[in-house]
Amino acid sequence: MSTQTIVQNKSISIKKRNTNSKKGKIIFRGLFLPIAIILLWQILGSAGILPAQLFSSPLLILTSFLELVQSGELGAHLQISLTRALLGFSLGGFFGLLIGIIVGMNKKSEQYLNPTIQMLRTIPLLVITPLFIMWFGFGELSKVLLIALGTFFPLYLQTFLGIRNVDQKLYDVAQILEYNRLEKVTKLMIPAALPNILLGIRLGLSAAWMCLVVAELLGADQGVGFMIQDARSFMQTDIVFVGIIIFALAGKISDSIVRFLENRLLKWQDSFKA
Amino acid sequence: MMVATLQINKVSKTFNNESEKVHVLDNINLSVQQDEFLSVIGPSGCGKSTLLKLIAGLDLNYEGNIVLGTKEVIGPSKDRGFIFQEHRLFPWLTVEKNIAGNLSLKDPDTRKRVDNLITLVNLKGFEKAYPRQLSGGMSQRVAIARALLRNPEVLLLDEPFGALDAFTRSHLQEALLEIWKKNQTTMVLVTHDIDEAIFLSSRVVVMDSKPGRIKANVVIDLPYPRRRTSKSFQEFRTAILNHLDHKVEDVEDWSI
Repeated sequence: MSTQTIVQNKSISIKKRNTNSKKGKIIFRGLFLPIAIILLWQILGSAGILPAQLFSSPLLILTSFLELVQSGELGAHLQISLTRALLGFSLGGFFGLLIGIIVGMNKKSEQYLNPTIQMLRTIPLLVITPLFIMWFGFGELSKVLLIALGTFFPLYLQTFLGIRNVDQKLYDVAQILEYNRLEKVTKLMIPAALPNILLGIRLGLSAAWMCLVVAELLGADQGVGFMIQDARSFMQTDIVFVGIIIFALAGKISDSIVRFLENRLLKWQDSFKA
Repeated sequence: MMVATLQINKVSKTFNNESEKVHVLDNINLSVQQDEFLSVIGPSGCGKSTLLKLIAGLDLNYEGNIVLGTKEVIGPSKDRGFIFQEHRLFPWLTVEKNIAGNLSLKDPDTRKRVDNLITLVNLKGFEKAYPRQLSGGMSQRVAIARALLRNPEVLLLDEPFGALDAFTRSHLQEALLEIWKKNQTTMVLVTHDIDEAIFLSSRVVVMDSKPGRIKANVVIDLPYPRRRTSKSFQEFRTAILNHLDHKVEDVEDWSI
């Protein structure tokens, strides 16, 4: 009897240790490839096998990143880019939400607006960019408007979808409780459509970053995109890499913020959590 | 003395099903007194739930008219509270906010009345719970509290306990009777449960299907609280079953 218990205890503690080391193993497996690539990249670069002009070594990228930060150049470019992104995102997001709600709530406005919006949505934004530059010049306006346009469609689409998914049964309740028009929007439609709206915000954010890059690559004298473009013409590959990493980080951080919002605002949802 | 609160005058309703017309309700005339607990019973498809929807004002596409007090029904209103078969709570709101709905809990009067109702429906301690954390019976009690907060003149109940287990159901039935006596709210209950109808109601309306018509009016003049096993209860049961076209022999415990 007692030996059995000891054996059982032993197996339990072994199991525990196993799960702990398993976690470490999983993290290690995830990091293995990036680290290996960076190491290989550094070794090949140092050995002179990789052409230094096209593939700046990781060490060089890091040093030029630190230099750019210290000189304040990166900060200035980043600030301009973030301002553009934020302005464009707010503008497009606001109208996407607003028109999504209106079209979602009102059949007539759907019939008037939706076909046109759906048609415009299919036009690739890259095609519109030259037109925007011709209309609004190389200044801030064309960039902000391009970003706004990119943000508008996903937010419009998801808001519209979310409102159309509102349960008719809950709408009946709101009617019986005499919710007025505004209350129906703010206390029924928006909360019920919130999962879709947040998804729209996430998609809108990634569209905003993409449009920002496009706008800044095509014509700008400031911003991270310009920094990349400028570095390219001088074959400063290390700075190009820094710019790319900055965009990757910005995208990841903004996505994490929305995820955090989702977790807080949608805690009422009874969905499967693996 | 008797005040007719709810008047249903010559109400007919047809659904257009592709080619054929279905008469769901055919010339329904019914008046409900202020102090009544009325049950509407009938086979499925007799239009009893449709009738409730018309009284609620959720569907205005019918012939005839419905009058509450002196006002004709032209749309949904807080005067006519509605308890659906499902609880229909807003999943993103806590229990207390669901009850309050579009009223602010910051208002001390609302706060107090919501708290009182939470006590009344026995949900103390669950004020901050979300609907997904509640059982079916608890959710339905929240829905009842939500309707009662609006002080409705009539409470319309559409098979409210149909989806609940027997124990919860009988508990809620007793709670409903208490509310009826206390608040003097006129009750109109649609059900397919004969025992439930007799246990609760002062009058039972039996409906026929296709087309939906009123077949019989049975006044249940038994004193409350009623015992389901009593002989007089069984007699009413038989009477209603007879109206529903059941054979008397079907009732096993019918004996003298």
